[in-house]
Amino acid sequence: MTGFLLTRSARAVLTLLVVSLATYAMFFLLPQDPVSAMCPKNCNAERLDRVRHDLDLDGPTIDGYLGYMTGIFVGRELGSAQGGYCAAPCLGYSYVNNEPVSRTIGRALPVTLSIVIPAAILWLAFGLGLGMASAWRPGSALDRIAVGIGLAGASLPLYFVGGLLLLIFTYRLGIVPVPHYTPLTQNPLDWASGLVLAWLALAFLFAALYARLSRSQMLETMSEDFIRTARAKGLRPRQVYGRHALRAAITPLITVLGLDIGAALGGTVITEVTFGLRGMGRTAVDAVHTGDLPTIMATVLIAATFIVLANVVVDATYRLVDPRVRRQ
Amino acid sequence: MSARGQKAIRRSPGRLAWRRLRADRTAMITGGVTVALIGVALAAPLIEMRYGVGPSDQFQAELDDFGMPVGPLGGISGDHWLGLEPGLGRDIFIRLTFGLRTSLTIAIAAAVVTTAVGVVVGLLTGLLGRWTAGAVGAVIDFALAMPFLIVALTIVPTLTQRFYGPRDAVPPSFQVVSLVLVFAIFGWAGPARLVRGQVLSIREQEFVDAARVSGAGPGHILGREILPNLTAPILVSFSLALPAYIAAEAGLSFLGIGIVEPTPDFGRMIDRSLGYLQTDPAYVLIPGTLLFVMVLAFNMFGDAVRDALDPRMGSR
Repeated sequence: MTGFLLTRSARAVLTLLVVSLATYAMFFLLPQDPVSAMCPKNCNAERLDRVRHDLDLDGPTIDGYLGYMTGIFVGRELGSAQGGYCAAPCLGYSYVNNEPVSRTIGRALPVTLSIVIPAAILWLAFGLGLGMASAWRPGSALDRIAVGIGLAGASLPLYFVGGLLLLIFTYRLGIVPVPHYTPLTQNPLDWASGLVLAWLALAFLFAALYARLSRSQMLETMSEDFIRTARAKGLRPRQVYGRHALRAAITPLITVLGLDIGAALGGTVITEVTFGLRGMGRTAVDAVHTGDLPTIMATVLIAATFIVLANVVVDATYRLVDPRVRRQ
Repeated sequence: MSARGQKAIRRSPGRLAWRRLRADRTAMITGGVTVALIGVALAAPLIEMRYGVGPSDQFQAELDDFGMPVGPLGGISGDHWLGLEPGLGRDIFIRLTFGLRTSLTIAIAAAVVTTAVGVVVGLLTGLLGRWTAGAVGAVIDFALAMPFLIVALTIVPTLTQRFYGPRDAVPPSFQVVSLVLVFAIFGWAGPARLVRGQVLSIREQEFVDAARVSGAGPGHILGREILPNLTAPILVSFSLALPAYIAAEAGLSFLGIGIVEPTPDFGRMIDRSLGYLQTDPAYVLIPGTLLFVMVLAFNMFGDAVRDALDPRMGSR
């Protein structure tokens, strides 16, 4: 296990290194001058030079990249115009927001976490429950409803579902306030009521996919030999279904769940835009629209880190859950 | 397939699949919807002529003082079948008709490009040695680690800036090409992996060995032995990629990237309409429902094609 974790992590670090290089190259090897895009409005040649010098951009591109990476791991001096010393993890300075990028991220990340984690619990519970209920008797009325929900969820765009939820619950019935973010530690009730529509929209779409997946997994598992053995030795159907079959069927679900959460933590872009919540995704979109390069880079890097981390976690969990993988 | 006592009829696998598809009611209905939507998209200029209203025509005289359409359900009337947009007062029906064109052009182009690249890469890595396979695997890892939406959000504007100034009008064809490019960068990995897996298992089978010992060259083995066995999975992956790209394109334009005004587009229309949730709900519901019906029909038809091509893969 340790050996596996080491090689897997090494590969993850390598992937991240390539991602960071590619992101950096994407922005700093482009024909237009990144510094003038970063510089505040009343920018003169002298100020431009100073920014360029402070960000190590006056030398070769590789020095700028190294400076950027050093900042992430140990912090770096950004110069007085950019708020002085920038402690690790330093992601640069945003001239649009006039603050270090890490501070913007520090505000956005809790929002995305608060959206994704409860939503993931909901979608796993509903998706798995629906999938298992429908695979219990394939072809039954319940099964057909579940398949219908699965198909509808796979075809509905999130912003449309979100719009409908807003229309019904906020504007027509008035039982849910307009979506907003309050920190959980400040007022748990307000936190939940401000985010509940986002949870529902995300959970509905993902639950539909998970119901489809868990249904097909359960049906496949139920035709395997060890299930027949379990039945033959006299276990009750419910025990066979809920314990033996579920354990085998759940492994692919873990993979998908891990990857989905990893991807979502980098920013649930469309959810955040639809509900006007300022998480990582919305921050990225705003940064793109204002041309805020340091913030865009930071959001891409963080999102990629989550995806790569999720991959490692999924692979490790897989080995824990499924003994067959371990032996290979 | 032939019943006992009847004369055996020769049926190719393709014809068998077609028969299964014909017998499937869902397939016929969703297939009909799919064909109808493509037909409407192709005939958009004809519909415009017959309907008498263009996608950019504004009817602000028919809006009230607040810029809202007069009449039931967002101004639905004999002249404007699906009502008017609040604010600009453009006809929703004709804009959706042309929006269908935008959406389908991009989705079909993206699906064709990604499938083609994926098949070529998959075939090559499936046939070449482990080293190339490892290298391509690493590239796939990298491609999958990049957050799609954010990278797409950054690439499309930078590409546009590279070729056009801030005040230049960017032609729609350029927008279409840059979107297809972005989808291609991210989309080839899926089909490539699928094809590679299939090639790895097919090339070990007896009929390939038989061809090899009979003296068939690599070109023959690739084109005549392996490729025909890949048509079903490739067709399935293509037909399921279509609705995915329709949704992805609408998603990007919802975020304000890709096709810009005045070219009609679903995602942007829904994005704009969300601002009128309280005042003009019909404006939200109409494009959203059409997008939903389109993606649903394509998805269900794709499932049906899969079932018809390989009943064992079935809708388990």
